Amino acid sequence: MQALEENGVSRRGVLIAGAGVIAATAAPGAEAQPMPQATVPVSFEVNGERRELTLDARTTLLDALREHLRLTGTKKGCDHGQCGACTVIVDGRRINSCLTLAVMHEGAKITTIEGLGRPDRLHPLQAAFVKHDGYQCGYCTPGQICSAVAMLDELKAGLPSHVSETLTERPQATDAELRERMSGNICRCGAYSNIQEAIREVAGVRA
Amino acid sequence: MKFDTPATTNPIDQLKVIGRPTDRIDGPLKTTGTAPYANDRHDVAPNQAYGYVVVAGIAKGRVTAIDTSRARAAPRVLAVVTAQNAGPLGKGIFNVAALLAGPEVQHYHQAVGLVVAETFEQARSAAGLVRLDYELAPGAFDLSTASASAVKPKDGSSGPADAAVGDFAGAFAKAPVTLDATYTTPDQSHAMMEPHATVAVWEGDRLTVWTSNQMINWSAGDLARALGIAREKVRLVSPFVGGGFGGKLFLRADVLLAALGARATNRAVRVALPRPLMANNTTHRPATIQRIRIGCRRNGKIIAIGHESWSGNLPGGAAETAVNQTRLLYAGANRMTATRLAVLDLPEGSAMRAPGEASGMMALEIAMDEMAEKVGMDPVKFRVLNDTQEDPEKPGRPFSQRQLVKCLELGAERFAWNRRNPRPGRVRDGRWLVGMGMAAAFRNNLVTRSAARVRLDNRGVLTVETDMTDIGTGSYTIIAQTAAETMGLPLEKVAVRLGDSTFPVSCGSGGQWGGNNSTAGVYAACMKLRDAVAEKAGLDPAQAVFADGQVRGGDRRLALADIAGDAGLVAEDHIEYGDLDKRYQQSTFGAHFVEAAVDAATCEIRIRRMLAVCAAGRILNPKSARSQVIGAMTMGVGAALMEALEVDKRRGFFVNHDLASYEVPVHADIPHQEVIFLDETDPISSPMKAKGVGELGICGVAAAVANAVYNATGVRVRDYPITLDKLLHGLPA
Amino acid sequence: MKAFSYQRATSPMDAAAKATVTPGARFIAGGTNLLDLMKLEIEAPTHLIDVNGIGLDKIEKTEEGGLRIGALVRNTDLAAHEDVRRDYGLLSRALLAGASGQLRNKATTAGNLLQRTRCPYFYDTQQPCNKRKPGSGCSAIGGVSRQLAVVGASPACIATHPSDMAVALRALDAVVETVDAKGMARAIPIADFHRLPGETPDVETALTPGELITAVTLPKPAGGKHIYHKVRDRASYAFALVSVGAIVQKDGSGRVALGGVAHKPWRVEPADALLRRGAKPVIEHLLADAQPTAENSFKVTLVERTLAAVLAEARA
Repeated sequence: MQALEENGVSRRGVLIAGAGVIAATAAPGAEAQPMPQATVPVSFEVNGERRELTLDARTTLLDALREHLRLTGTKKGCDHGQCGACTVIVDGRRINSCLTLAVMHEGAKITTIEGLGRPDRLHPLQAAFVKHDGYQCGYCTPGQICSAVAMLDELKAGLPSHVSETLTERPQATDAELRERMSGNICRCGAYSNIQEAIREVAGVRA
Repeated sequence: MKFDTPATTNPIDQLKVIGRPTDRIDGPLKTTGTAPYANDRHDVAPNQAYGYVVVAGIAKGRVTAIDTSRARAAPRVLAVVTAQNAGPLGKGIFNVAALLAGPEVQHYHQAVGLVVAETFEQARSAAGLVRLDYELAPGAFDLSTASASAVKPKDGSSGPADAAVGDFAGAFAKAPVTLDATYTTPDQSHAMMEPHATVAVWEGDRLTVWTSNQMINWSAGDLARALGIAREKVRLVSPFVGGGFGGKLFLRADVLLAALGARATNRAVRVALPRPLMANNTTHRPATIQRIRIGCRRNGKIIAIGHESWSGNLPGGAAETAVNQTRLLYAGANRMTATRLAVLDLPEGSAMRAPGEASGMMALEIAMDEMAEKVGMDPVKFRVLNDTQEDPEKPGRPFSQRQLVKCLELGAERFAWNRRNPRPGRVRDGRWLVGMGMAAAFRNNLVTRSAARVRLDNRGVLTVETDMTDIGTGSYTIIAQTAAETMGLPLEKVAVRLGDSTFPVSCGSGGQWGGNNSTAGVYAACMKLRDAVAEKAGLDPAQAVFADGQVRGGDRRLALADIAGDAGLVAEDHIEYGDLDKRYQQSTFGAHFVEAAVDAATCEIRIRRMLAVCAAGRILNPKSARSQVIGAMTMGVGAALMEALEVDKRRGFFVNHDLASYEVPVHADIPHQEVIFLDETDPISSPMKAKGVGELGICGVAAAVANAVYNATGVRVRDYPITLDKLLHGLPA
Repeated sequence: MKAFSYQRATSPMDAAAKATVTPGARFIAGGTNLLDLMKLEIEAPTHLIDVNGIGLDKIEKTEEGGLRIGALVRNTDLAAHEDVRRDYGLLSRALLAGASGQLRNKATTAGNLLQRTRCPYFYDTQQPCNKRKPGSGCSAIGGVSRQLAVVGASPACIATHPSDMAVALRALDAVVETVDAKGMARAIPIADFHRLPGETPDVETALTPGELITAVTLPKPAGGKHIYHKVRDRASYAFALVSVGAIVQKDGSGRVALGGVAHKPWRVEPADALLRRGAKPVIEHLLADAQPTAENSFKVTLVERTLAAVLAEARA
């Protein structure tokens, strides 16, 4: 039991405890308890600033950022994890902010496009996107840039991808790798070729 | 300014600012998330409520009952708007189907209501509580069967339904080499990244909407018509548009419903269309069936060319004009084109990037590839041989510029086309079969009135105002470049304000007319301002030289800032056109080259190389123009390989109505893309000597891909998209 | 999305207790499928228990020389884990072929197994669907079915299971470890975990109400070449038309599982024995009872050719 409390979670411990995860319907005949409140407090750090919110539990991280914190740089393109326009970086990882609830991010460190740079002080990737015209309508752009920032970290950390030649060697920043890794960010204007140039420049890929 | 004689030397020709690959002036806003799109507009009104759209679940019939009681009783719901309580509504002249249905339902996912609540979550949840009962009506959903009852539509703005020259039937019958093939293109979705969205605010009887729209004036007018209020009472603002491709040319349900919701609640109301509703609720590019017949002499000269197209639409809708390019692109004495329109009860068909030509070129340029093979000619040479320098239907009527041959030949050289093996299925690279294909590109250049206002202030800053939109095209930047060039100002001294119906009426963004016409309108306003500046400075306008923020005349040299003074100087003008587009055929030309690889086992198709060569008049900004072309090439790859709205022919709707199931290209689908612009000016087009390029880029791409796939595999697919299942049978494992 | 109440579980024990007492409760971890479906009201739990803070996110060696993968291990971490890359390349490859970088960063092992179908009629709440609304009918039959099942389907449902990971797990003989609400443990072989639709396509797995996944275990490494070949129209960020997961030994023996063809990852063990004779007999065995629609009959040819390519790659 001690192990459980500490989240050491040995297999035996879990089995004994009868805990589990994911997609349960409650056991039939379970005794109903008073429902917890549908409004939930949550606090996290956004772009280095601590934010405390009390939210309808249904509020996605995307809507919390856009509607409650008014950080509208993060875009809602599909709201179903199918386009990548809502990409933000949470605890160093890029995610689709539309497919996660804000209240699931207690204590998290969130970086949005507003946290990367400003018009008068662009992040190197933002500057590269301008230089290489890595956008057209601009709507997917914040998501592309947030995604690219975290993607380059993933590459640096040696995470493999679908197009990696082998699983055992360190992946290189080839065109094929960059394209595959950015494929979760759709650009309907079709700026891919230019976005690729922008990312290559920042990644230090030789032409 | 009336443009009725070809342009001579003018201030634009200085090319100090115009013609340079300037970074977009709105780039820092777009890359930092600070460009305000409609759904971002917290700033325009306090206390905004959220609207969520309720849609019909049938394709055709009547709503027999709407029960909104549960929705109205849901937490913090402010109003439920339906046709029953919306008051009398008109219909905009650019819409076919009603934007708020009821009781009649004309297509699937047609809006039938709006639930307004304090929060988005509450509105969405309450929308699910609206109960609708229907009476189903039978509908026509299958173009292949409905085409049998298709009729000749009335002549449209892009030409007559039928055209004929010479004796097509006779010449085709006698031609020694003939092709008679039928091609199909599917329904396609614009799938722009930004969903349609609007914030609506009423102040008394005046309505302001912040929305996402390509054509401010059309849509402000249609909003007034829909609501039955005076046009002057409506203001429509759309400074940033997250992609349109024709899908935001017109008023859509988000605008009308936000306005109705705001009226019902006396609050500012924000409405965005949920992505899964967009494909059926809004418009799409209609599917076509196209029959092409070409008859040639043995030497490859076309003597007969015929192109017929069938498409469908709701009653009152227009036909897809897929035969237009065939009237103009190739020589041939005997010609016929025909457009037929069937009634379909699918969602409304409308314009999508290069309406007509995009679909038509998908077919025609495969046909040309097939014909080249039949006559044993290289596809490039076959097209060069059949070039025409005059309107083939009106001998003696010239093109204003036509450098198709140069595009073809330069493209062939740059792409190393001579390395292509003309025998299909012969080039192998490991597990891949590799092929090259090409196609001509063609899209007409349209000229239309466009106005602007320019204001010079005492800091020497010029502010341009026009209701032109920037839908990713680069309007902000080329307008700034135009004003800077004309006024002799550095680019940093020009501010551009777009997309507001209180600004002078522009051409708007559509039909690839935006770049040329909107800048010509700005040029006209600037030329008027130059006169005002010269007059105020006591200089002869004809002799005054504008450069470096100053105006010079004789030995006098004055700063524009000083001349403007505290009161500033304002000029407003528009460009309008004479009959140069009647006397000359104005079109844009290009050539697409594609290398494709096909997995010999799975028949998956991947694009390896792409090149476009474009002749489109003066290129105002090669950087943003290039982006327009690569974007169009990308959309063309989608059209070739994956894009199709799948019709449920029993239930009458597009089944794959989200971005997971309607596949558009992703990064991994698109290789590095090359674009070459011919160094050309077209003084017959406008004072800018420019033409459009954003739609030229998509015309022919899909066929170039199709032809590359054929060259790789030897399997000819005439039904788009070219998916692997269509190759498997013809490509032995 | 219907209103629900929300709680964070602080430990597995706490989570179990909360689930047991709250009717209509669901656990949420990655949320990448559940929230997608909740927005459309295809799923409408009244209570969500957030299990992200309870652990179960480790990958450990088992006493038998295999691996135990915690239910909450993210797809990205599983694909990148050194032991998985070295010994279970098929699993890494399958994971990396799925979704996008962003989604893999959130999606969990258990959630991936429990993904629901991508049948477009299941996703459109205006349309009949026996899986979404039992007894309402299947609108996919006779409708748009290019993506849908060719084998193991029923007159009630022709949906496919969308997971790539599950195909690899099927070939790897994984075992799904669960506990039920009373604390009873079960080890469910992956073969038995997913169900065919039959007359109850809404029942997708062998899980009983209240039964929860805690881990997925893999037997000790099987060696051989691990190949996952996913076929799709666009090059990335798309569900499989078909996929082949195979482990092929030097002598040509091995195992194969298919994705994109059925309501579950498709493997028929006796077909493995035919691998040395090539793709055709294997597929003939695997798809002996195939009943494709006119729109998806190509999958039968496609999957055979894909397996042939996989076997050629394994030999190379």
